[in-house]
Amino acid sequence: MTTPKKIETYAVNTWCPGCGNFSILTSIRKVLANLSNEGFDLHRVAMVSGIGCHAKIVDYVDVNTFYSIHGRVPPAMTGIKLANPDLTVIGHSGDGDAYGEGVEHLIFSAKRNIDLTYIIHNNRVYGLTTGQFTPTSPTGFKGRSTPMGSPEEPLNPIELMIASGATFVARGFSGKIKQLQDLIRAAIDHKGFSFIDVLQPCYTFYDTYNFYRERVYEFTGQEHDASDRTAALAKAGEWAYREGERIPIGIFYQVERATYEETLLRGRIPVKLSPKDIRPVLEKHI
Amino acid sequence: MKEISILIGGKAGDGIRQAGQTVSTLLNRIGYRIFFYDDYPSLIRGGHNFSIIRASEKRIIAHKDSVDIIVALNKDTAEKHKSRLNAEGMILYDSKAVDTEGVGIDFMQIVKQLDGLPIMRNTAAIGALAKVLGIEWPVVERVMKDTIEKQVALNLNIAQLAYEKVGTSRFVIEKLDQKSLPLVSGNEAIALGAVRAGLNMYIAYPMTPASAILHYLAAHEDDLGVVTVHPESEIAVALMALGAAYAGARSMVGTSGGGFALMTEALSLAGQGEFPVVFIECQRPGPSTGVPTYTMQGDLSFVVHAGHGEFLKVVLAPGDAEEAFYLTGLAMNLAWKFHIPTFVLSDKHLSESIFSFAADPDKIKPEPPLIWDGQGKYKRYLDTQDGISPLAFPGDPAATVKVTSYEHDEYGITTEDPDQIARMQEKRLRKKEGLIDELAKNEQVKIYGNRESKTVLLCWGSTKGACIEVAEQLGLKVVQPLVLKPLPIDPLRQALSDADMIIGIEVNATGQLAKLLSGHGFGIDHMILRYDARPFTVDGLLDKVKEVIS
Repeated sequence: MTTPKKIETYAVNTWCPGCGNFSILTSIRKVLANLSNEGFDLHRVAMVSGIGCHAKIVDYVDVNTFYSIHGRVPPAMTGIKLANPDLTVIGHSGDGDAYGEGVEHLIFSAKRNIDLTYIIHNNRVYGLTTGQFTPTSPTGFKGRSTPMGSPEEPLNPIELMIASGATFVARGFSGKIKQLQDLIRAAIDHKGFSFIDVLQPCYTFYDTYNFYRERVYEFTGQEHDASDRTAALAKAGEWAYREGERIPIGIFYQVERATYEETLLRGRIPVKLSPKDIRPVLEKHI
Repeated sequence: MKEISILIGGKAGDGIRQAGQTVSTLLNRIGYRIFFYDDYPSLIRGGHNFSIIRASEKRIIAHKDSVDIIVALNKDTAEKHKSRLNAEGMILYDSKAVDTEGVGIDFMQIVKQLDGLPIMRNTAAIGALAKVLGIEWPVVERVMKDTIEKQVALNLNIAQLAYEKVGTSRFVIEKLDQKSLPLVSGNEAIALGAVRAGLNMYIAYPMTPASAILHYLAAHEDDLGVVTVHPESEIAVALMALGAAYAGARSMVGTSGGGFALMTEALSLAGQGEFPVVFIECQRPGPSTGVPTYTMQGDLSFVVHAGHGEFLKVVLAPGDAEEAFYLTGLAMNLAWKFHIPTFVLSDKHLSESIFSFAADPDKIKPEPPLIWDGQGKYKRYLDTQDGISPLAFPGDPAATVKVTSYEHDEYGITTEDPDQIARMQEKRLRKKEGLIDELAKNEQVKIYGNRESKTVLLCWGSTKGACIEVAEQLGLKVVQPLVLKPLPIDPLRQALSDADMIIGIEVNATGQLAKLLSGHGFGIDHMILRYDARPFTVDGLLDKVKEVIS
C-alpha cells in the first residue's frame, strides 16, 4: 500500500510554519497515494511548478517533476502532455505566477481545454519576494511596492477561467482539507482543463486565515448546477476577491468538451513517433 | 547558352513568387541548377515584388544584379530594373501595363479571351517566357500540370496562347544532360534535416522569415511523421519545447530575432536543467521590427551570447540548403547527445531562397541518446566523468525524473549548498570537452576557391554563395566557419594562418564575425559590409572586392 509518507522526498521543508501550502501538499500526497492504491502507476504522473513559495512543492513529492520558471507552468505542462498524452500532468502555481506573469498561458490552456490539472496556491501576496500586491490582492492592499495601497481592482480568476473555456473550475480553501482533496481528485479525474483556485493564508505577509474561516462556505452539486454556465458565473460573482461576507468554495463549473490533445494529435503519440523517409516528399520538389 | 538570369516583377498579389518558382521548375526539368531569390515588401497587396531566377549548368548558390530577361507585369518592374539588363538582354512585358522596348504581349487580353481570373496573368507570362527561352511546349505542359493546383486546363490554355503569341524564340536554352534535382528552400532544408535526425515535434509562432518551416512541416505532418504546434507566443513555444523534451520528444523551435528575444528566458532554463532543444533563428534586419521581409546577419552576437548565466550551447551557421539540412541534423543530434540547447542560425536570404538540393539523406541519422540502464535509483543529474547523465523519461516504471530551473543535487532536488553548486556547474561545463571532440568529427570550417591564395574572403552563412563565385573569378580563397560556438579555433587558425590579407564580408553594419574572431586573436584587415537589408550579389560583391585588393 502506498501511504502519503512513501511519496515524500528527503528535501527539508522550508515553508514558514502555518503556511497554507502545507495543506495543499498534504492533499496532493493523499490524492496521489489513493490513486496509487487504486492501481494507477505514479510514474505516469508529471508535476510542474513555477517559481515562488508554491514551487517548492515539487521538491517534497517523489514523483516526476519539472521545477520550471515564473508564469510558464502551463506551456511546460502542455509540452509534456502533447509529447506523451498518456501522462497525467498536474501543475502548481502561485497567484503572481499564474495570474500575473503567466496569465496569457493560463487563458490559452483554458481556451484549448488541454487535459491538465492546474492548482493555484492563491495567498494574494508575493511571499518569496517578501510582500508585494498580486493580481488578486484587494484594492488598497498595502504592500512593499504599494505603500499607499494597491491602485488596482483584483482579478476574479473563477470568472476568468469560465469565460476562457476551462471545463472544470473550482475554488478550495487550505483550511478545508477534506474538501480540497476531493476537489483535487475530481480535477484529476476530469478530462479537460481543470482549474482550482486554492485560497490560502500567507502566515508571514498576509495572514487571511481568520478572514477565510469566517466567510467560506462549501457548496455541492446538489445546490448548484455546475453544468449551467450562467449559474456558474453568478456563483463566481458572489465574491470578488475584496471584502465580502460569504465566499463559496466548491466546483463552480464542469462540462465535457473535446480536448486539445485529442484534436491536435489525432491519436498520435509524439514520443513514440518515428519520422518517415523524406525521399517521397523530396521527389515532389523536382 | 549554359546560364541565364531572369527577373520577374509585379505587385504583391500578382503571384510573383509562384511564377518564379514555376520558371525555376521549368529550367530544373531541363537539367539546370537553380538559385532563386525572392524580394518582397511586408504587405499583402500592392508594392513591388520581384524574383530572380538564375539557372546554370553548374551548381550556383547566389544571384547577380545583372539579368538577361526581365518579365514585367507592371510599369514599376520595367522602370526599376531596366538598368540591370545585360547587353543582349530583353524585356518581356505586359503591353497593357508597360510601355517599353522588347516583347510586349497583352497578357490580360489573353486571360479575358479565355475567361480566366486576373491572377492568371502570370500564367500567360510564364507561357510567353517559355517560348522566349525556346523551351519545348511539352515540358511547359508537364510542369504546369505538376505545379498548378486549381483549374489546370484553363491555365494550360492561357499559357499556350501566350506561348504561341511570342512567335520566335529569342534565346536557345538547350536541354542539359544532367539529372533534375529537388528545388528546396533553406527553410525546407532545415525542416527536412530535423526530420532525418528524428524530429518529433516542431513548435513555432509565425514570424518572417522562419514561418515557412512551420508551414512546410504542418502541410507534411503525416508524410513526414511529425507533430506541429502553433502556440500563443514565442515564450510558450520555448517552454512547450522544453516540456516535450523532458517527456522524451525530439523538439525544435523556429523564429526570427524578435521572437528569439522572448525565448531567451527558456534558453537559460534549458542550460540549467540540461534540456535538449534545437532553436532555429532566421535573422532579418533589426533592431526591433526592422525590415521584416528582408535579410541581415545581425544576430550573430546576440545568439552566441544569449541567455543569462553560464552554460554550454552550440551555434551552427549554414550557408546553403545542403548545409542547412546537414547542420540542422547535427544540431538535433548534438542537443540529445549533450543535453544542451543548440542553434541553427539562418537568415532570410538562406531561409527563403531556393536551391538545387543535392544532399544525401543517408548522411543524417537520429543518433540515440545515452539512456539510463535501469540500475539503482535513477538520478537525472548523475555526476559523471564526461558530465553526461543518462536519460530516463516520465512514464518509465522504474525511474522518477526530476528536472529543474533551480540549482540542484544529482536527484534534482533544490540546493543552495556552495559545494553542490560548484560541483553541478562544473559537471555541466565539463561536457564541453566531449562536445569539442564531437564537433571535430565534422567539417567545421569550409574552404573554397584558390586554396593557395594569401588573400582570404572570410564569410559566414548565406554570404558564402557570392563570396565563392567572386573568389573563383579573382583567384582568392574563401573561409567559411560553419560552427560559431564553440568557435573552432584550430581549424580556423589552419585556414587563416597563411593569409596576408583577410577581408571580412558580412551582411551587417558592424562585422560581427570579425569581432568574434578578433576576440580570439584573429586580425581582419578589411571589411566589406552591406546593411541595406539586401544580400550580396556576385557582380555587386566582385566590384567591392576588386576595390579592396587593387
